[in-house]
Amino acid sequence: MSGRAQALLELADDELVLGWRDSEWTGIAPSLEEDVAFSSIAQNEIGHARALYELAARELGTTADELAFDRPPDDYRCSRFVELRLVPEWDQTIVRHYLYEVADGVRIEELRRSGDSEIAGLAAKIDREEVYHRIHAEMWIDRLRGSREAERADAAAERLYPLALGLLDEALRPVFVERVAAKTGWDFSGEATAPRGEHDDGWEPLWQEMTEVRRSEPGAKW
Amino acid sequence: MAGDDRGAAVGAGGEVVTADEVWAALAEVPDPEIPVISVVDLGVVRDVEVGDGRARIALTPTFLGCPALEVMREQIAERVRGLGVDAEVDVILDDSWSTDRITPEGREKLRRAGFAPPAPREAGRPQLVQLQSRIFRCPYCGSTDTGLENVFGPTPCRSLRYCQNCRQPFEQFKTI
Repeated sequence: MSGRAQALLELADDELVLGWRDSEWTGIAPSLEEDVAFSSIAQNEIGHARALYELAARELGTTADELAFDRPPDDYRCSRFVELRLVPEWDQTIVRHYLYEVADGVRIEELRRSGDSEIAGLAAKIDREEVYHRIHAEMWIDRLRGSREAERADAAAERLYPLALGLLDEALRPVFVERVAAKTGWDFSGEATAPRGEHDDGWEPLWQEMTEVRRSEPGAKW
Repeated sequence: MAGDDRGAAVGAGGEVVTADEVWAALAEVPDPEIPVISVVDLGVVRDVEVGDGRARIALTPTFLGCPALEVMREQIAERVRGLGVDAEVDVILDDSWSTDRITPEGREKLRRAGFAPPAPREAGRPQLVQLQSRIFRCPYCGSTDTGLENVFGPTPCRSLRYCQNCRQPFEQFKTI
């Protein structure tokens, strides 16, 4: 597989799995507004995954659905950070949401500068939508850090920040570290991160759920 | 439109179809989620080419996760096949669609249906302070005394606002 297809799959797998995790808040978020927000964000992330899989699929001679749902669990390249099941911990969810949006913003900016016009064009499109995710995430991180529960946000950051670094190639990590520190003062970049391909315990059950329809009805479309 | 082929094409059943006729037909295909406006009003049809008994339509998604995309694609193909030619609808995955592509007629149709049309894209990216500012006009009473309730709404393309003047919540198109 080319480096290009591999990079597209890493990004697509992250977006698909995070979209799935975000959708676990549908119906049970702390307020109706957040129920709508997390459902909408989930829909966007899965839409980005679909478009990224589509570009990879054109190169690999397959389809977006096959890449999303027909691979064995060990073939997925998502980061452990997005695999974590955080429901019903709202503070951890908000911290992950914020750290993800910062990291995703850094890598999307990089892809917008790609010499591959298909990738640069799609990255620009994705970035237009992600602006609203970043606005939402920053609004919430300010609210959480400015509240009586600020210590819980700090504790969540200590746990999640090292894993968030695993979303990015090493060359891009300093930009993430700088942006997060500027807004929150957090810097746990000295801790070990999780390499891609090293999955969380929650990954296998999530994969089972995500692929259940396609496994029971091969080639199913919806 | 750049790249349009205005020349005549011979249809599968012997009919002759021009790009203008395809555009006119597409102007009658409603947006699946907001049927008051057409896919042409929405600006998602980027290009139409006709030739060799078929029409090729370039379609741009609004938001990438919008489920209306597949429905639009099918309805466009069906409407064009109704003109007697084969239809091929290609989805373009780049940044060429913007809410700035919604036509002036489309914006007016949205407003009359109770959806506040999007602000212009301008140079910069949207920011929270902008969304919280009073530049957004209530589609019912015209007041700008409106506040942001939720960045997200019932579909990816809309935010929720509340008008302090006529005390109505309303849906505001996001600028992208």
